[in-house]
Amino acid sequence: MSLNSVERKATPGFIDRLRAFYLRSDAAKGYALLSPVMITMVVLLAAPLILLVIYSFWTQTGLQVDTTLTTARYQEVFSKQSYIDIFWRSIKMSGLVTLVTVGLAYPMAYYVAFGVKKNKFIWLILLTIPFWTSYLLRAFSWKIILGYNGVINSGLMTVGAIDEPLTFLLYNQTAVVLTLAHAYAAFAILPIYVSLEKIDRTLLEAAADLGDGAWARFWRVTFPLSLPGVIGAAVLIFVPTTGDYVTPALVGGPTGQMIANLIQVQFLKIGDWPLGSALAISAMAGVAILVIFFATAMQLAVRSIR
Amino acid sequence: MTKPIRHAARMGDPGRGLMIFAIAYLIFIYGPVLFLPLFSFNDSVFVAFPLQGFTTKWYEQAFADQKMLGALQSSLQVGAIVAIVSTILGLFGAKAVTRYRIPGQNIVTGTIMLPLFIPEIILGISLLILINNLSIPLSLVTVTIGHIMLCTPFAMAVLTSRLDGFDRSLEEASMDLGETPWMTFWRVTFPLAAPGIISSLLLTFIVSFDEFLLSFFLSGQQPTLPVFIWSQLRFPNKLPSVLALGALILVASCVLVVVAEWVRQLGTSERKVGVA
Repeated sequence: MSLNSVERKATPGFIDRLRAFYLRSDAAKGYALLSPVMITMVVLLAAPLILLVIYSFWTQTGLQVDTTLTTARYQEVFSKQSYIDIFWRSIKMSGLVTLVTVGLAYPMAYYVAFGVKKNKFIWLILLTIPFWTSYLLRAFSWKIILGYNGVINSGLMTVGAIDEPLTFLLYNQTAVVLTLAHAYAAFAILPIYVSLEKIDRTLLEAAADLGDGAWARFWRVTFPLSLPGVIGAAVLIFVPTTGDYVTPALVGGPTGQMIANLIQVQFLKIGDWPLGSALAISAMAGVAILVIFFATAMQLAVRSIR
Repeated sequence: MTKPIRHAARMGDPGRGLMIFAIAYLIFIYGPVLFLPLFSFNDSVFVAFPLQGFTTKWYEQAFADQKMLGALQSSLQVGAIVAIVSTILGLFGAKAVTRYRIPGQNIVTGTIMLPLFIPEIILGISLLILINNLSIPLSLVTVTIGHIMLCTPFAMAVLTSRLDGFDRSLEEASMDLGETPWMTFWRVTFPLAAPGIISSLLLTFIVSFDEFLLSFFLSGQQPTLPVFIWSQLRFPNKLPSVLALGALILVASCVLVVVAEWVRQLGTSERKVGVA
C-alpha cells in the first residue's frame, strides 16, 4: 500500500497517461477481459503440458523421481516392439473408425444441408444430442449388446438362430472400432454440414447449365467444395480416438488395447510416470505427424481435382 | 436464362433415397443406447433376452446405495461450480474477442480451444503431474479444477456465437446516457447475452456431470458419479442398478441439452426478428 502511494506521488503523470492509454486502446481492454481465461489456460493447460514434456526426460527410482535429464525413456519406448505394435494398432483402428464415421456422416450431413427444407434445426439438435451425453454410458451400451450373455447372443438364442453364444463379438478390435464409430458419429456431422451449407447453390446451377449431370455436379462441384469439412471432421475424430481409453478398456479385451491404456497403466498401476510421459509425448508427436501428412495430402488431392 | 432463379435453391436435392438413409442413421445413433432403459426395467439380474417381466426394483436398489448417493451429490456440486466458473470465464473471453480487436486473436482463441483437440488422457496425466508437484491432495477440488479447464472452451464457443454480431451501439448509447460501465453491463449486455449464458451454464454442467476420464485420474478417494459407475462395472450383480442409473442420467442429459439448444435458438430468432 505505502509503496503504491509513494509511486503514485512520484509519477502522477505516468499513471494518468497509462489510464488514458488503457481507455483509448482496444487491445489493452481486450487483453484485460481475456486475462482470466488466458491465466486459467496457462496454469491448467500449458503448464501441465510443459511439465509432461519435462517428466519424460526424468527417471523413476522407486517412489522418487531422479531429475537428471536423460533420453533413456524415449529409447525405452522406441526399442520395445510391443509399444511400437500398440501404437500402429491404435493408428490402424482409429483410421478405420475415421473412415467409417466420415463415410456414414457425409450422406447424413448432405441430407440435412440439401434435402431438409423445414425444421433443419430439429435435425441438427437430434444429431448433436449424443455429442453432449455420457460417452461412458454410450460405450457401455455396446458391452451389454455384444457380451457373452448380451443382447445379440441372447436374442439370437431366443429366436433359435444359434445354440451357443457367439464369442467373437466382444473383446476384440472390431468391437472397439464399432463402439468408437458409434460414439463419435455425431462429431463428423457438423463440420461436414457447415461446409455443405456454405456452398453457393448458383455454382451448381451453373454446372447444370453447362451440361453436367447430377453425379458430375456432385463430384466436380459439391464434393471438392465440401472437402475442408471432411478433412476437419476426419481430424476431429482421428485425434481423440487414437487417445481413447474408455472403449478399449470396456470392449477391447487383451487384443484391442490402445495407447491410452498403456499410458494409464504406467500412471495408475506401475507408477512409472516418466515412462508414461514419454509414451504420451511420443504418441502425440506420432499422431501429429500423421495428421499433418494426411491434411497436406488431402489438400494436394483437392488441388488436382480442381 | 429460361430457368427460374429459384431453381438454384433446389439444386443438389437428394430426394427420397437419402431420407431412408438418414432415418437408419438416427436409429444407429439412438438404438444401442435404448437397451439401457429397456433392461433397467427387466426383472432379472442377467442383461439378456427373453425379457422376464417389468420391475422398478433396480431403481430402488440404485437409490438405496449410500455410496451412489454420495457420488451423485459430488457430481452435482462439481457440475454446478464448474458451470458457473467456466461460464464467467467464457463470458469475459467471448466479450473480449467479439467486442475488441485484439492482436494475435487467432493464436489466443486457438489456445483456449486446445483442450477440445487433445486426447483427454493427455489432459488427465499432465494435470495429475501438476497437482502432484504442487503437493495438492486429490479430491473433488482437483476434479473441479480439471473440469473448469475442459469446460471453459465450450462456454467460450457458445457465448462467442451469441455475442458475435451484437450491436455495439446499444452499449455506447447506454454510456452516452450516463450509465457506468458496470450498470451498462447489467442493464444492456447481460440481458442480451442471457440466452447464451443459460445455454452455456447447462451445457458446461452436462459436460462436467458426464465427464469420466479426468475425474478418474483426479478424484482420489471421492468418486464422481461416472467414476462410481466405472467401479461398479466389475460386479455382474450390480449391472442392473448401473443400467437404471445410466438410463436416468441419459434422460436427464437429453432434457438439459434440448433445453439448452432451445434457449439458444430462441434467443437468436428473437434477435433476428428484433433487427428486422
